[in-house]
Amino acid sequence: MSLLRIAWRNFRHRSLSSFLTTLSLALGVGLVVLVLSIYGIISEAFVRNASVGPNLVVGAAGDGLQLTLNSIFYLSQPIENLDYTDYMDFMSEQQRSDQVERYGGDPALAEEDGRYYALLGGGYAIPLALGDYFGSFRLVGTTPDFFEKLRHGPMVDQEFTMREGRAFETFNDEHGYFEAVLGSRVASVMDVRVGDVINPTHGNPEGKLHSEGFTVVGILDPTGTPNDRAAFINLEGFYLMEGHARPAPEGQNYEPTIPPPADWPKPLTIPEREITALLIRNGNLMFAPIMSNMIKETKTRQAVAPIGEINKLMSVIVGPLLTALMVITLLTCIVAAVGVLVAIYNSMNDRRKDIAVMRALGARRGTVTSVILIESLLIAVIGGVMGWLGAHLAIWIASGAIEEQTGIQVGFWSTSFYEWLVLPLVVALALLAGLLPALSAYRTDVGSNLSA
Amino acid sequence: MLLEIKDLVKTFDQPGGGRLTVLDVPEFLIDQGQQMALIGTSGGGKTTLLHLIAGLLTADNGSIRIAGTDLMRLSEQGRDRFRAACVGYVFQTFNLLPAFTAIENVRLGMTFGPGTYDPRRADELLAKVGLADRADYKPAQLSVGQQQRVAIARALAGRPKVLLADEPTANVDPNSAASVLELIRASCRDENIALLMVTHSMDIADQLDSTVRLEDINRALATSC
Repeated sequence: MSLLRIAWRNFRHRSLSSFLTTLSLALGVGLVVLVLSIYGIISEAFVRNASVGPNLVVGAAGDGLQLTLNSIFYLSQPIENLDYTDYMDFMSEQQRSDQVERYGGDPALAEEDGRYYALLGGGYAIPLALGDYFGSFRLVGTTPDFFEKLRHGPMVDQEFTMREGRAFETFNDEHGYFEAVLGSRVASVMDVRVGDVINPTHGNPEGKLHSEGFTVVGILDPTGTPNDRAAFINLEGFYLMEGHARPAPEGQNYEPTIPPPADWPKPLTIPEREITALLIRNGNLMFAPIMSNMIKETKTRQAVAPIGEINKLMSVIVGPLLTALMVITLLTCIVAAVGVLVAIYNSMNDRRKDIAVMRALGARRGTVTSVILIESLLIAVIGGVMGWLGAHLAIWIASGAIEEQTGIQVGFWSTSFYEWLVLPLVVALALLAGLLPALSAYRTDVGSNLSA
Repeated sequence: MLLEIKDLVKTFDQPGGGRLTVLDVPEFLIDQGQQMALIGTSGGGKTTLLHLIAGLLTADNGSIRIAGTDLMRLSEQGRDRFRAACVGYVFQTFNLLPAFTAIENVRLGMTFGPGTYDPRRADELLAKVGLADRADYKPAQLSVGQQQRVAIARALAGRPKVLLADEPTANVDPNSAASVLELIRASCRDENIALLMVTHSMDIADQLDSTVRLEDINRALATSC
């Protein structure tokens, strides 16, 4: 008969005590696994959300993390605005000429490539205009390039797809400049469908309601990124809302040379326009540091790598949090192990005679010691597995809510790296806890206990 | 001789200091297949002698040879191994392990010896003691007599050369006692096992090949008297 079977019989013989000890250990392990999983989900959400395609974010000089949180996560407040010409710095001579003709601006802008155009190297620059809200969700003024060129997903290779409708256009005969696309969560929370008209609020969720309405022409599929929680409107429409035009500087009153569509408001001229940030993707990533340095040299602008900023955030805030979690994990495991020790040690008085009988049947001291350690191991493994399964069952049950809130898809088998440390840790501590009763078994006096 | 004891001395610490000599046996012999009763007053050292023969205790002096092996020369591990392979033990209080079924208790008797594990023999032994239909019963579900039968099967499981029985019928009713005794005697006869049975009953002692009074072989008792 194997020692495992002997230990299992002992485990089952004291079923209530074994069950309660195992349950307390399972609860401890479950709690730890749950906390570590949530940590994993949060950190994955941060890293994943920072990976939507752009390798640089350009904004007004200030805190790089704030710029990243504002432009990628739609959190925090914008720093300062950029000139529209900052956006044109990433355009070719032809594109700049087209902009000047279409909207009206300094003709000199149309005479050469933007200063960063060459470094863009076939990549893209997508403007963002932030500051308004739709309900409690951020409003993002941007161009159709946002949906066409940005990617998402673990490999950052998935295109944005529409659950319903289409992406907005720069100008549409039916809706003019006033089209909107909603992130999946915005659409579900605000109960908006394609064809509905939405009116943003100015400056904050409780701000003044803009009179200009935007027709929803598309609703995005869930992406697991902050874009699920944003409402996108056409940048030209954004500019045309009340209070969004910057007064043109003295002597810079231009007119477009291409007449705007009839029956629709005239777009703002280039000097009247501002943007909040630019999402940049270099065609050749080797140019990114050069571009970043050139932008920083202006002193009034900055270009930061969102992944780098998020990693800094993780190391400053999330890193210590992880350390704290690890300490809690260790303490929980130690408490669970002490529970194992107390349970087995308390049972030693009852089983000294059994140990003496086994010795009389030829079992060595090492054998009875091993039986106790295996029993401790059984409690650890069963409790550990039960705890792990319980925690993942809870995660699986909450997976719908987690996906809805964070966009992160989690399943029963979703694990974080740190979870895999818990079970070996619990097993090691349980073995350690089993040592004291095992030592007691080792020292059991056979003669006196056989006669007892 | 299967069992040879020469000049065996066993002492214990006394609570008040000093040492108490419990056994001082110049010579004690049992032949292979011999069935011997050991009688004597309570506290005279009968159980201590069995524990010494089983290798559960070590003597201060002398030698205990079983089938040519001197237990005194073996390490504790060696004695454990030897006990598992060559010594069967039946206790007065049966000492079945409550967590295990009847058949598992029998199998435990063959678990710790080298190459002695044979589940089929365990089944046969349980059938031999008339409890094949109680194989999956826990000790608490068996009568006192049935528990002692399981204990006998367990003691025989490792194919011992000597069976030590410490008042095996003391805790069972007279009817069961007779059948338990017959079971032990028959089993030892069938497998040519030497039997040393401690008993207070002269009726039982008379049914065995020979009887030895501990007072006759233990000089320590003679001294104290």
